[in-house]
Amino acid sequence: MRRAALATGAVVVLGLPWAVPRYFVFLASLIVVNSIVAIGLNLLSGYTNQLSFGHAGFLAIGAYTGALLTIHAPALPVPAALLVAGLVTAAVGLALGIPCLRLEGLYLAMATLAFGFVVVEAILNLDWITRGNDGLRVPAARLGPIALATDTARYYLTVAVAALLILAALNIARTRTGRALLAVRESEIAAQASGVHLAAYKTLAFVLSAFYTGVAGGLFALVVGFLSPDSFDVFLSVDFVAMIIVGGLGSVPGSVLGAAVITTLNDSLAGFQNYRPLIFGAILIASMLFMPGGIASALRKLSVAGAAGYPGTAPPAAKPRQGDDP
Amino acid sequence: MLSVEDLSISFGGLDALSGLSLEVTEREIFALIGPNGAGKSTVFNVVTGLYRPSRGRVTFRGDDLLALAPHEIARRGVGRTFQNTEVFRQLTAIDNVLVGRHAHLRSGVLRGAFGLASVRREEAEARELARRLLARLGLAEVADTEAGSLPLGYQKRLELARALAAEPRLLLLDEPAGGLNPTETQTLMKLIQRLRDESGLTLLLVEHDMELVMGISDRVAVLDYGRKIAEGKPREIAADPAVVEAYLGSGDGA
Repeated sequence: MRRAALATGAVVVLGLPWAVPRYFVFLASLIVVNSIVAIGLNLLSGYTNQLSFGHAGFLAIGAYTGALLTIHAPALPVPAALLVAGLVTAAVGLALGIPCLRLEGLYLAMATLAFGFVVVEAILNLDWITRGNDGLRVPAARLGPIALATDTARYYLTVAVAALLILAALNIARTRTGRALLAVRESEIAAQASGVHLAAYKTLAFVLSAFYTGVAGGLFALVVGFLSPDSFDVFLSVDFVAMIIVGGLGSVPGSVLGAAVITTLNDSLAGFQNYRPLIFGAILIASMLFMPGGIASALRKLSVAGAAGYPGTAPPAAKPRQGDDP
Repeated sequence: MLSVEDLSISFGGLDALSGLSLEVTEREIFALIGPNGAGKSTVFNVVTGLYRPSRGRVTFRGDDLLALAPHEIARRGVGRTFQNTEVFRQLTAIDNVLVGRHAHLRSGVLRGAFGLASVRREEAEARELARRLLARLGLAEVADTEAGSLPLGYQKRLELARALAAEPRLLLLDEPAGGLNPTETQTLMKLIQRLRDESGLTLLLVEHDMELVMGISDRVAVLDYGRKIAEGKPREIAADPAVVEAYLGSGDGA
């Protein structure tokens, strides 16, 4: 059942460029890029409860790093450029994460919001290298002999990178690191009492989150082909937060679903710019009211309700345990 | 093993502890009792590094605990449970226990991300150990249930399982019998004794249930308004006029 679903999904994802018009291949690439950002943001906000309204800033750093490498070091293979974009952004994440250890909730949201503005200002002021408001045209990158000159080629690149990053996120989530991050979210004092180094894991969440978003930024530069500071405004950061709320906090598949929903909505509402905030707000409120765990948890509940004979989440009443002889 | 000397701490001008000294020896079951607000949980929070006292020394097996962060204290073998249970509510019971095992596992973020064979082996072993612990505490059937949806008695046992997963040398139990029915309390008493007798643990507990305290403790210290008013074997404590005064005088019948 699960395998069949995965196989069907793989066929759909890989076959998509041959079945839909070119524009949708571009849109699908954008969804995949945003999925990576959503996973990164979820590692920070969903897993350790550190809310960020500055992820457009991380995306911009990754995007400009990737673009400048493609322009000035065309011999560098794409995977290496993406890795550097991720590492540079991760370093910035570390630098932001350490002072943010002292902040929580709204204060952290404000600090990350400010970070997003600072990044845009920095891009504007570094115009000798970023070309400021004129924008930066990103040439087609090369992967060995293949030029990634078509939407289809770029789509497959994003899918391959995303597949690796999703697998890694799932692996992290279900082993020691992922549990420690969740433990920090659930109870800081109990996590510490279990030997979890609070500051280290909160900072690690920032670094990981920035790395994912930086790699996504490198892909974003290649997919969109043109960068300017206004592509990375605060509304993009809010969109990322919307993705993980709609998709499901603390869920990797939820991040992907949320990215798909919000990116598609954004695209279909492009003609109604004035109503966009209204419609978005309504969707967010409805999602939090009726689907507090996001799409991921709603789907889980549906599948649980569908499976017959499931004992449910209610534990057996406090009956005497086995081997209990008072 | 654990030595607390001349400990003082105050919150907003109120002395929570003043000049408290305690000496807990290895393989001992030591109980802290006293009326509400006497400072019992404060002792736990100082020993586990959550509070910094204004004066005093706390050493555990030669280490100065006041110089260590909470997670470092945990890694040196001091485990604890909490008065108002602090399970990781949205994690399954088994994942709660696996977090307890955190300090014994090696896999970091990179090795975890790549899902290396060594990580998978370590995970499998840890899960096996967690299942055994859950079974030992009668939680085998709720291993995959979200901890937050378990009844209080289950959550208390789960906290204990999580603490035991770290293989502590000293275990601090904050009102382990709080909210348990008499049958559950009996089982808990046997378990605490087994932990000492079979696993060689040292236990420091805060408890209001006098049957439990008098039944299993080797020594008891009585706190009142942040000061130690008596210490000794359970029988001596029960007969101590100062203790009777503190309890009966405050209307908090024992």
